[in-house]
Amino acid sequence: MPVKRSDKTPMPQRDPTGRAQDFDEVNEGYCFSHAMFEAERCLRCQDPVCMEGCPVRIPISDFVHAIAAGDLARAASILRTANPLPGICGRVCPQESQCELKCHMAKRFGPVAVGHLERFVADWERSQPVGETPPAPWQSARVAVVGSGPAGLVCAGQLARQGYPVTVYEALHAPGGVLRYGIPEFRLPNAILDWEIDALKRLGVEFVNNVIIGKTITLDNLFDRYGFAAVFIGTGAGLPKFLGIPGENLNGVYSANEFLTRINLMQAFQFPEADTPLKVGKRVAVIGSGNTAMDAVRSARRMGAEQALVVYRRSEAEMTARVEEYHHAIEEGVKFHWLTNPVEVIGDDDGWVAGLKCLRMELGEPDESGRARPVPIEGSELVFPVDNVVLSIGTTPNPLLAKTTPGLATHSWGGLVVDEKKGETSRRRVYAGGDAVTGAATVILAAGAGKSAAEAIHQDLSAGL
Amino acid sequence: MAAIQEKRPLTPITKLLRVHAPLIAESANAGQFVIVRVRERGERIPLTITDYDRDRGLVTIVVQEVGVTTRCLGALQEGDEILDIVGPLGEAPQLQPGGHIIGVGGGYGAAALLCLMRERKEQGDRTTVIVGARHKDLLILVDELREVCDNLELCTDDGSAGFKGLVTERLQQLIDGDQSQRPDYVLAIGPMPMMRAVADTTRDTGIATQASLDPLMIDGTGMCGGCRVTIGGEVKFACVDGPFFDAHQVDFDEAVQRSKMYVKEESLAACRQSESGTG
Ligand SMILES: Cc1cc2nc3c(=O)[nH]c(=O)nc-3n(C[C@H](O)[C@H](O)[C@H](O)COP(=O)(O)OP(=O)(O)OC[C@H]3O[C@@H](n4cnc5c(N)ncnc54)[C@H](O)[C@@H]3O)c2cc1C
Ligand SMILES: Cc1cc2nc3c(=O)[nH]c(=O)nc-3n(C[C@H](O)[C@H](O)[C@H](O)COP(=O)(O)OP(=O)(O)OC[C@H]3O[C@@H](n4cnc5c(N)ncnc54)[C@H](O)[C@@H]3O)c2cc1C
Ligand code: SF4
Ligand code: FES
Repeated sequence: MPVKRSDKTPMPQRDPTGRAQDFDEVNEGYCFSHAMFEAERCLRCQDPVCMEGCPVRIPISDFVHAIAAGDLARAASILRTANPLPGICGRVCPQESQCELKCHMAKRFGPVAVGHLERFVADWERSQPVGETPPAPWQSARVAVVGSGPAGLVCAGQLARQGYPVTVYEALHAPGGVLRYGIPEFRLPNAILDWEIDALKRLGVEFVNNVIIGKTITLDNLFDRYGFAAVFIGTGAGLPKFLGIPGENLNGVYSANEFLTRINLMQAFQFPEADTPLKVGKRVAVIGSGNTAMDAVRSARRMGAEQALVVYRRSEAEMTARVEEYHHAIEEGVKFHWLTNPVEVIGDDDGWVAGLKCLRMELGEPDESGRARPVPIEGSELVFPVDNVVLSIGTTPNPLLAKTTPGLATHSWGGLVVDEKKGETSRRRVYAGGDAVTGAATVILAAGAGKSAAEAIHQDLSAGL
Repeated sequence: MAAIQEKRPLTPITKLLRVHAPLIAESANAGQFVIVRVRERGERIPLTITDYDRDRGLVTIVVQEVGVTTRCLGALQEGDEILDIVGPLGEAPQLQPGGHIIGVGGGYGAAALLCLMRERKEQGDRTTVIVGARHKDLLILVDELREVCDNLELCTDDGSAGFKGLVTERLQQLIDGDQSQRPDYVLAIGPMPMMRAVADTTRDTGIATQASLDPLMIDGTGMCGGCRVTIGGEVKFACVDGPFFDAHQVDFDEAVQRSKMYVKEESLAACRQSESGTG
């Protein structure tokens, strides 16, 4: 077989027409020979710069080399030591701006497909028989984790491995945070999340759903009444922003959180077999350009929208979604309208969405964020006739816990104030990480924050500080 | 999971359930609500905390069977478990104590007034409750309400009990009548048209009036924005900012419109439910 080592081994994926009809996973994953072939592309550089690109510093060339050597168990152990959620990160990390951006191969050829390989190893690991039951927790100090997104899951897992009895409290009826209610199954099947959660349960982590810390139990009572020695807050950034334009409360306008929660958490795509409905018309406009917007617009297609469009006030260059999702969206027939700023949702006589009025923009001087500021073009008004509008213009940390917890300091924009080294908040023995601290960011950053907070908690508790 | 310890039918379509939910009972305040999910793939629906017993860890809910989920819930028996229950959600109404408060209730609202009015009375308020229904058999918790207020006013459309007419007509009489009857606060809980009529009744009187809005909800934590309502031109999330709002500031047109978002789907689901004969 002629060996062509310059290109990244493409990810096998389902045909766009078929896959846009259901919520099954789009990417099919490498087979063993794909993975071996791709792993052999790695140059094993003296200066593994890819590792610098990874927020949790996975020793990438080591795990890739283990694949090339056919030692998948070793690859899995290297990965898992550095990143407790490899099956998830391999699927959802923006590799093109992290590890794969730095890869030396990327300068002349395609980068090594680190994400695809990471996913391959994790999927292999999942297919293996479950190992021996780990020992029961042996530490006497107990730790509570608030929120079961990636930050909370990783923090809980790391602490459990150090022998701490850990209880994870989740407000919703199912754990996982955005991984459960936000990211759709066609990108991240629930089975993968469930496997990770089951693994944590085997480690002794207790999951308590339907408890809102700050409402059901106050943070203070976690210490005073429940006797926890430390608390980690990983409550995410779940509060959706709205634009404040006329017509935003018309029927058929959703926040991306509502739209995706109805589908993912509440299984509205199975209505009426599932009880929660979601009304998706023939034409859906999604406002925004991040991963959430891509998930919403591709979900709209799967819910039956014949025309699914993305409207964004900046240009393609400023798009924040993973490139793979962007390409998949295009393949699935999504139309993109860049430099287009929504100014009004137009309603019909019954109070339903009938259209989205926008202004065309052009790029002007750079703004505070350093990106070219979009400025409206005079007289460029246009109306997209649509049945639904989904707003995906960002989220901020939910104020609920901070509001009900005396002495828990937040920034003016809602993020929890933490000391950078330890992740400790303004309250003693209360640590925080993930989107609740950084604002909406990424899975791997949340996972990394959960991991380093677990280390800080272990240190503080064992030092009796 | 929360076990149903006691079930009592109040009308053919209204059931009182006393549920073992110690964490919620522990932290509940009058006027707050819970969200329940009754079965796998089921919907999350909000229900007011009608009463709570911290010592026994019990929360009382009163459910009016209007659609699929409320009917499933109403079909559960003593000893059955409610799959998911979370709370307490929302905030208790902000009303200064002292003075005469009138609670106006229709539908499940009569139940929702129970512990609210008891609390007000204990705080030294003078309390009047006006509850209404089409017929006297549809009035709920009359004895319990009588205990927790100084003055209970019953209204029925057909005059089978108490005042013949609407709750708002009786409210108007109390406002217009003897000055000693005039309320300082009015609290309205019930169907949207009733709350709107209460707001209209007190609008020009200067009497502070709060309505308990009941938009569609999902998470109840401020995460989805599906429960948004417009109050005095400002968008609020009823699940975290409410459910009580200044009734005179509520955009009722919008609230009514938004509550009809899924009527077609709701009736489709209700038909399937009655055809299959299952809960
Ligand atoms: C639709 C969507 C797509 C995304 N796609 C990607 C992607 O492709 N790649 C990527 O890297 N990132 C992506 N992100 C971002 C990523 O998911 C988040 O950065 C990450 O999930 C943050 O993790 P977290 O643990 O901090 O919080 P979250 O995942 O938000 O979890 C927080 C959890 O805490 C719970 N909670 C909140 N308050 C309380 C309380 N008071 N008591 C109890 N529980 C509470 C919440 O219910 C929630 O379950 C996406 C986000 C969205 C919304
Ligand atoms: C804060 C709050 C507190 C509530 N407290 C109670 C309570 O104590 N007891 C109780 O029985 N109900 C209460 N409700 C209303 C209850 O949540 C709804 O009746 C329920 O969601 C209907 O679900 P369903 O699947 O049975 O009916 P669906 O099939 O969803 O709806 C059936 C019919 O009921 C109407 N409906 C749906 N949702 C609502 C709503 N939120 N308000 C009014 N009508 C609605 C629909 O328009 C439709 O005509 C409360 C609602 C809120 C927001
Ligand atoms: S965790 Fe993310 S950044 Fe790190 S190696 Fe894996 S895919 Fe790349
Ligand atoms: S119910 Fe989701 S924000 Fe209120």
